[in-house]
Amino acid sequence: MIGRRDSSILFATLVFALMLVTAGCGKKPQPVTPPPPPVLAPTASITANPNSIDKGGSVELQWRTGNATSATIDGLGQVDLIGSKTVTPTDSTTYRLVAKGPDGQTSESTVRVTVNTPTPQHGEEPVSLTDQQWFEQNVKDVYFDYDSYDLNASGQQAVAADAKALAQKPGWKITVQGHCDERGSTEYNLTLGDERATAVKNALVAAGVDASRIQTRSFGKEQPFCTESNDACWQQNRRGHFVLSGH
Amino acid sequence: MDTLEVKSQWSSGLITRDSEPQGLKPGVLNSTGGAAETAHSQGRRVRKGLKTSIFALLISVVICPVPSTAQIDQIKTGTGLGVEKVRIAVPDFKPSTADTGNADLLRTFNTTLFNDLSYAGIFDVVSKSFYPLTVPGSPQEIQLDAWGNPPPNAAMVAFGNLGKTGDDLAVQGWLFDVKNPTSPQVLGKQYREKATTDNARLIAHKFADEIIFRIGGGIPGVAESKIVYISGRTGHKEVWMMDYDGQSQTQITKMGAIALSPRLSPDGSRIAYTLLGKNGVELSMYSLELNKQVTFPRFSGTTQTAAWSPDGLKLAFSSSMRGDPEIFIADASGANPRRVTANRGGNSSPVFNPKTGAQIAFVSGRTGLPQIYTSDVDGTNLQRMTNTGYAVSPSWSPNGQFLAFAWKRNYGPGAPGGQDIYVMDIASKQWVQLTHESGVNDYPSWSPDGRHIVFESTREGGTQIWTMLADGSQQRKLTSGGHNQQPCWSFK
Repeated sequence: MIGRRDSSILFATLVFALMLVTAGCGKKPQPVTPPPPPVLAPTASITANPNSIDKGGSVELQWRTGNATSATIDGLGQVDLIGSKTVTPTDSTTYRLVAKGPDGQTSESTVRVTVNTPTPQHGEEPVSLTDQQWFEQNVKDVYFDYDSYDLNASGQQAVAADAKALAQKPGWKITVQGHCDERGSTEYNLTLGDERATAVKNALVAAGVDASRIQTRSFGKEQPFCTESNDACWQQNRRGHFVLSGH
Repeated sequence: MDTLEVKSQWSSGLITRDSEPQGLKPGVLNSTGGAAETAHSQGRRVRKGLKTSIFALLISVVICPVPSTAQIDQIKTGTGLGVEKVRIAVPDFKPSTADTGNADLLRTFNTTLFNDLSYAGIFDVVSKSFYPLTVPGSPQEIQLDAWGNPPPNAAMVAFGNLGKTGDDLAVQGWLFDVKNPTSPQVLGKQYREKATTDNARLIAHKFADEIIFRIGGGIPGVAESKIVYISGRTGHKEVWMMDYDGQSQTQITKMGAIALSPRLSPDGSRIAYTLLGKNGVELSMYSLELNKQVTFPRFSGTTQTAAWSPDGLKLAFSSSMRGDPEIFIADASGANPRRVTANRGGNSSPVFNPKTGAQIAFVSGRTGLPQIYTSDVDGTNLQRMTNTGYAVSPSWSPNGQFLAFAWKRNYGPGAPGGQDIYVMDIASKQWVQLTHESGVNDYPSWSPDGRHIVFESTREGGTQIWTMLADGSQQRKLTSGGHNQQPCWSFK
């Protein structure tokens, strides 16, 4: 039914058009309904300030869209049509703003933020490392021989490196924990742990670290790092262990 | 002489095989000669007491084999070797009332009394299978012949009755000398307490101690004594306390840190111990009268291993407050610490001579591996007691004559032997090994009567607390569950 009416309308339209064409010749054109105005394309623009940062730094993104009904930024998701946001990219990143018009048309704008990764200098790590991570990487524990609190050769090397690292962080305070393996008496091992911690402290002070920055604690054999009964494990437990206690 | 006695090995049943008198070094003879006077005067007292069959505990501490005297290849030492122990029968006490609660109380009482006398170290307790069928509950019921003749062949009988009436528990106990029919009663005691299992146990301990006091040469028994120790069973190492036989285990401290090395004061009112917490290693004091921590000064450095002087007025301890870990002696309040040692190498674990209070024994690593030393309390008269291996944890016997300590004698990688408990005669430096290569044995502590030693051992896996007679016999485990360590026997 609808089809028949459609076809009759089509037929009428064709006739009317034919009449127009024929009648148009030499005649004033009849006024017609103007076509709907074309939909304006959306616009998008995004800027970053600054667009080059060092690692760990932050950037302010600003964006603006026109004729858009929605906007997204890759990595940030749906955003306001006009807005700004502070971001801290860890790597160089291209931010792409996509504005979407009411008819589905889209427009894009991109900005690239360059993150400069400095070449690590000696003793200077990327700033993104937490202090704790830096401490663990640079202030290494000192290991001892059996029933000894004298620094052996590798112990002396470790302390020398530790002193250098600590020299870069003059505000940091540390605790040296003295630990022992499971063999021998609880009580005597507490004295041995005390002597180990003190030996490490004295060596650090001799290497120029301010004594007031260093506390010592003995743990004897009460808090072993490793609980098996073998040589490898015992060696792990005979140590001066560093703890960052304040900064 | 109120506690242990030393006899020379000749009279106390030392057995040496393939040995000849000339094989002994003069030093050995001298040292036993030195003890002869003690044994002699003791002999007079023992003879005086023979009427009631008193035999004192004898310990023979004899001889480390000297290399040049290879003739001696076996030595036996022990409690009362060559001396007959008093043969005692301990029939179960009988109910004296019809109360239904008697059965449980009797079971606890009878077990406790039997064990107390069995472990006292001075009795040969007759096996219950030898007892006559009729067991006495009062003097009227006892037939002396039935106990004095074989099979029981007892010299003494401890018997009595127990009855619950309402909330009250009444116990009557007697000790009879079977071989003295005209006047057999040695002891008759009555006890009345609230009817609880703990009180049944307490009365058994009291009665046992009366018997031990009478038969054991006037030395008070230890059945009512306590042992403080460290247990990790709550997840933290805390101070605990128990009866001498392992009963009534009770948590004392609740610090949530690491408590170590508890030492009960001579009057039993306070426990000094080491606390490893956020402030490092420091001394701490707990009052058993107030049931709480009491203030104790904090010293810098690692401060630990407190020990009480016998008068309770001083504390000896180890502290690195002035650099190296040294021995200090301070007032019991912690005031006026005075340094006793001064050497490179750690010093720890001091104990006073409980007889005199004038000397201390301690551990020092001044020559490398830790060794046992003694000195006067002012640091003079320093004596090195051990000369090899790894020697720690001294405990000074109540009579002042012996040191018990833990020793790994053959030290070094792959060396044979374990860490064992030893007793050394201080005057002669002769020692005897009490435990034998079963796990790590450490932290010996003398009982107040000098007849027992409590210690920690890993022989069954995990660290547990054990006791033994001071000759190494009758070793038995007191604790189980979690790790239990560092026992310290009360002063009385």
